[in-house]
Amino acid sequence: MERTDTADGAGKVMSMREAVATFVHDGATVSLEGFTHLIPTAAGHEIIRQGRRDLTVVRMTADIVVDQMIAAGCVSRLVSSFVGNSSAGSLGELRRRIERADPVPLAFEEYSHYGMICRYLAGSQRLPFYPLRSYGGSDLPAVNSDLRKVTSPYPGPDGEPEQIYVVPPVNPDVTIIHAQRADRRGNTQIWGLTGIQAEAVYAADKAIVVVEELVGDEVVRSDPNRTLVPAHAVDAVVVCPRGAHPSFAQGYYDRDNAFYRAWSHISKDPERLREWLARWVYGTADHAEYTARLGEEFWAGLAVGEALSEPVNYGRRL
Amino acid sequence: MTTPTADPSAPAAAAPLTDAPGVTGPVTSSELLSVVASRELASRRTVFAGIGLPTLATELAHLTVAPRIEVVYESGVCGAHPSHLPETIADAVLISGAEAVLSMPALFGCVLQGGHIDVGFLGAAQIDRWGNLNTSVIGEWESPSVRLPGSGGGVEVMANSREVFVVMRRHDPRSFTGTLDFCTTPGPDRALAEGIRPLGIGVTRVITELGILAREGVGEELRLVAVHPGVTVEQVRAATGWDLKVADAVGTVPPPTAAELRLLREDVDPDRVYLR
Repeated sequence: MERTDTADGAGKVMSMREAVATFVHDGATVSLEGFTHLIPTAAGHEIIRQGRRDLTVVRMTADIVVDQMIAAGCVSRLVSSFVGNSSAGSLGELRRRIERADPVPLAFEEYSHYGMICRYLAGSQRLPFYPLRSYGGSDLPAVNSDLRKVTSPYPGPDGEPEQIYVVPPVNPDVTIIHAQRADRRGNTQIWGLTGIQAEAVYAADKAIVVVEELVGDEVVRSDPNRTLVPAHAVDAVVVCPRGAHPSFAQGYYDRDNAFYRAWSHISKDPERLREWLARWVYGTADHAEYTARLGEEFWAGLAVGEALSEPVNYGRRL
Repeated sequence: MTTPTADPSAPAAAAPLTDAPGVTGPVTSSELLSVVASRELASRRTVFAGIGLPTLATELAHLTVAPRIEVVYESGVCGAHPSHLPETIADAVLISGAEAVLSMPALFGCVLQGGHIDVGFLGAAQIDRWGNLNTSVIGEWESPSVRLPGSGGGVEVMANSREVFVVMRRHDPRSFTGTLDFCTTPGPDRALAEGIRPLGIGVTRVITELGILAREGVGEELRLVAVHPGVTVEQVRAATGWDLKVADAVGTVPPPTAAELRLLREDVDPDRVYLR
């Protein structure tokens, strides 16, 4: 894990354009994580704008942003444990690719959620594999040769040798996550659903953190337990408010459930999907333009009220 | 929702009409399945559930037969106290005011694989006589006629929950099949055949619009134990794609009571988010 560093860390704060241009290259393995919460949509859109090709995308829940990246021709291989549009329907482009190779095939490595989690755990800890009590009797190992069975070197509960499945590490070239806030050096604070973000960052060679807001060092240091990813693991900090839309950012804006439902219809029709990408991704210079085009009335509909946590006392030596 | 569960938006097929005094309107398919599933949760403590019918069933059980029930959501939320009925497993209302929010490694590794879940709820496109599930593909995996979402956490829920309830919207020979197109989520019999011992005993209840299939443990097939009023054993056997075993005494599922329907309609889902 080599990390970009500068003396004061200020060099880590960059635009989305610069971060994607610097760290996401054609042919790379890119992990985008955020388990239904804090999905790095704006980063996916910038990858589309910059026309990246031949990416291997690693994402537990391959949902709308992945369908969009596939449709834009960025993705040749997908590693995932759920390929659906949440509970709102289907991913039209993904289904066309897998069911009919239309317009071109998509290589797909199928896992279960814990299989993906264990791949990140192995990757982040530089282990050769990670064992889990899944897959016994499943057809998944027959279609995914990376699901392999080993004999435990220790006796099982009955004293006999124990068979267990293992998964290999995943070490993305770059992991991109979205978060509520970070300081200029990349100390990243997340609350609400924290998913697999920290492990995905540590598994990767480079990490981009996209945040709703950049905060002062003293804000982070007032609550260090809330820092999910410390600065030493982060290479780029991108400030991009509302960058997780249509997913949500706890305490900032709510999930756009209507868009999730709409995507099933939009993506079902390749022409409509292309028009959507033309208007909302290629037709916007950056995410600020995308959010502005949605309009303040729209954003008011996703506004959330306050539910503050009680402060904790970290104490200080007297 | 990322662990596949019964699709709440699927059209309700042939919902039996039940007269429930004091509650207007016929019983919908969603209501029937939710009520029946809630009764099966009596005495259970921890339930791993997705959104939709499992949410309705566990909420109703909390108000009726299982006051101490705790739902663990696949997003990592434990002890949720939502201000509104959640629309997804990751709905912000599940997080605000919750008792705990866990990371994915803690949820799947410690809670689920660590053996803390009594009942897991799953749905599937196909189920076989042993309670093995297909949520991956219709047709061949390499070139499917329908690509489905896949496992989500289903493989882990099956392997590690003490028992699993399956709610199936469709009860027809294509869904209740002699041979799965693909086994995404194996029950313990298939795992044991490979020399791997899972924590749980697999599917113990399958709840459909025709009745309830049950299975008590390893080595047992699902068998028909109860039918809804007006449904015959032969009807269920004809709708099942294998030679369905039938319990010695097949019961009749008591129709939803007025009290159950009132709770479901007025307290659990007054906006009819899932009861459509």
